[in-house]
Amino acid sequence: MPSIDTPAIQVRGAVKQFGSLQALAGVDLEIRQGEFFGLLGPNGAGKTTLISGLAGLQRLTAGSIQVMGHDVIADYREARRALGVVPQELVFDPFFSVRELLRIQSGYFGIRKNDDWIDELLASLDLTTKADTNMRQLSGGMKRRVLVAQALVHKPPVIVLDEPTAGVDVELRQTLWAFIRKLNEAGHTIVLTTHYLEEAEELCGRIAMLKAGRVVALDSTPNLLSRVSHHALKLRVAGLSSLPASLAARDAVLQAGGLEIPFASHSQVEGLLATVREAGAEILEVEIAKPDLEQAFIEIMEGEGA
Amino acid sequence: MSTAFLTLLYKEMLRFWKVSFQTVAAPVLSSVLYLMIFGHVLEGRLQPFEGVSYTSFLIPGLVMMSVLQNAFANSSSSLIQSKINGNIIFVLLPPISYREFYAAYVLASIVRGLVVGFGVWLASLFFSWSGVAHPLWALAFVLMGAAILGSLGLVAGIWADKFDQLGAFQNFLIMPLTMLSGVFYSINSLPVFWQQVSHINPFFFMIDGFRYGIFGQSDASPWLSLAIVGCAWLALTVLSLQMLRRGYKLRG
Repeated sequence: MPSIDTPAIQVRGAVKQFGSLQALAGVDLEIRQGEFFGLLGPNGAGKTTLISGLAGLQRLTAGSIQVMGHDVIADYREARRALGVVPQELVFDPFFSVRELLRIQSGYFGIRKNDDWIDELLASLDLTTKADTNMRQLSGGMKRRVLVAQALVHKPPVIVLDEPTAGVDVELRQTLWAFIRKLNEAGHTIVLTTHYLEEAEELCGRIAMLKAGRVVALDSTPNLLSRVSHHALKLRVAGLSSLPASLAARDAVLQAGGLEIPFASHSQVEGLLATVREAGAEILEVEIAKPDLEQAFIEIMEGEGA
Repeated sequence: MSTAFLTLLYKEMLRFWKVSFQTVAAPVLSSVLYLMIFGHVLEGRLQPFEGVSYTSFLIPGLVMMSVLQNAFANSSSSLIQSKINGNIIFVLLPPISYREFYAAYVLASIVRGLVVGFGVWLASLFFSWSGVAHPLWALAFVLMGAAILGSLGLVAGIWADKFDQLGAFQNFLIMPLTMLSGVFYSINSLPVFWQQVSHINPFFFMIDGFRYGIFGQSDASPWLSLAIVGCAWLALTVLSLQMLRRGYKLRG
């Protein structure tokens, strides 16, 4: 039984080579129990390779991965029992109904009678009416929810969601996140990869950003946001046909009556507004845009070179 | 036996049972057609064994051919479909050992082979009944034959990346080896050269050994057949287990 101090996931020096391509170039990562952790990066950054290594679907060229203190190779049975993975691809077995699949998946994890939990999962994911429907007859969003249920049949302490909301409509996305949040509050560790950065910003307490197989940023979400060098003052203005030199020097952008001026500290706002007025503009609307994860992501990725 | 193994075995059996019209009824019908046509055309013209009619001789060959082909088809088609659909992930993520994986796929293949073989045998009762001279010999060869082809199907299913490659395996290896194994004739009726060629075909020993179990007569010694079939089984089991242990084409 792992202690509370045992990391939910520990990755040490993970390297994965596919011929001449290095998908993971020495990843070190520790995710604590109970975290809601985001794994972000552009396509080809190594996120899915890292998850595959974690799940035992790919064998690392070098390094090691542990799940709840169990090595994914040497102690694979315990490591896999501790892990539930929602794969990125919308895969399903066309021979079976939803309930049959969930019973079979429970059996693979050594659980013979699991109908109570299966019923709860079906209800939580709004699939009760589809329990006896063949997988082929489900919509894409429903298939995605079945994938989530399959990953949870054995109540794993660590749940990995590899882009779980791709192709899922807004309503289903909300249902899914409410359920995942509930699981996180109940103590499950959640690892999320997503291209929807606003989801990661809203849900994840800590985030790792990967690029070219390396971790290029690893911090709490507020700290990552604070790395963004500027807020932005967004103004709707009248009487300004061209950008005055004083604002151009501040990297301001004038476009279709909208003026956007980046700034580092709120104490600069008054001065900036005065500068705009001095340039002869009438200020119609004022908005201060906070830095978001997307900006942080772009800045960090650009900072790391191509 | 672990719950994981029993579940995988159950799932593999349920998979073919859900499409039993295609996986059981169709191959039984094919074999019955062979029996009707070849039995009708060649009955009275050939008598491969002393005191055994051609139709009676043909039945164990067809039963065994059905067992072998369907055992191969079960594991190979299940694996290639799962790989191509991507749902193979559901058996790779859970804590199932490579030995459990092998045992479940091969046992399910044996079950399908036996179900189809039994169907062919039942249908053949309308044509002829000659009794079973040595039931244990017959059982040993039918079980080992199904296990060999189930293992070979597993190897082919893991190796093949697309249906085309599996089709080539089936049409250019399994089918010729089966058809040239003495299902429809005694190899003693062949020229010496082709008799020698038949002796390097393990399928011949599976079918000939099974015939010994049924009639108490065979082209080769049943002990020689048992030794060759046993070695083939061992070799394919070792190969399958090695592929699974290393995760060949399953775990990158």
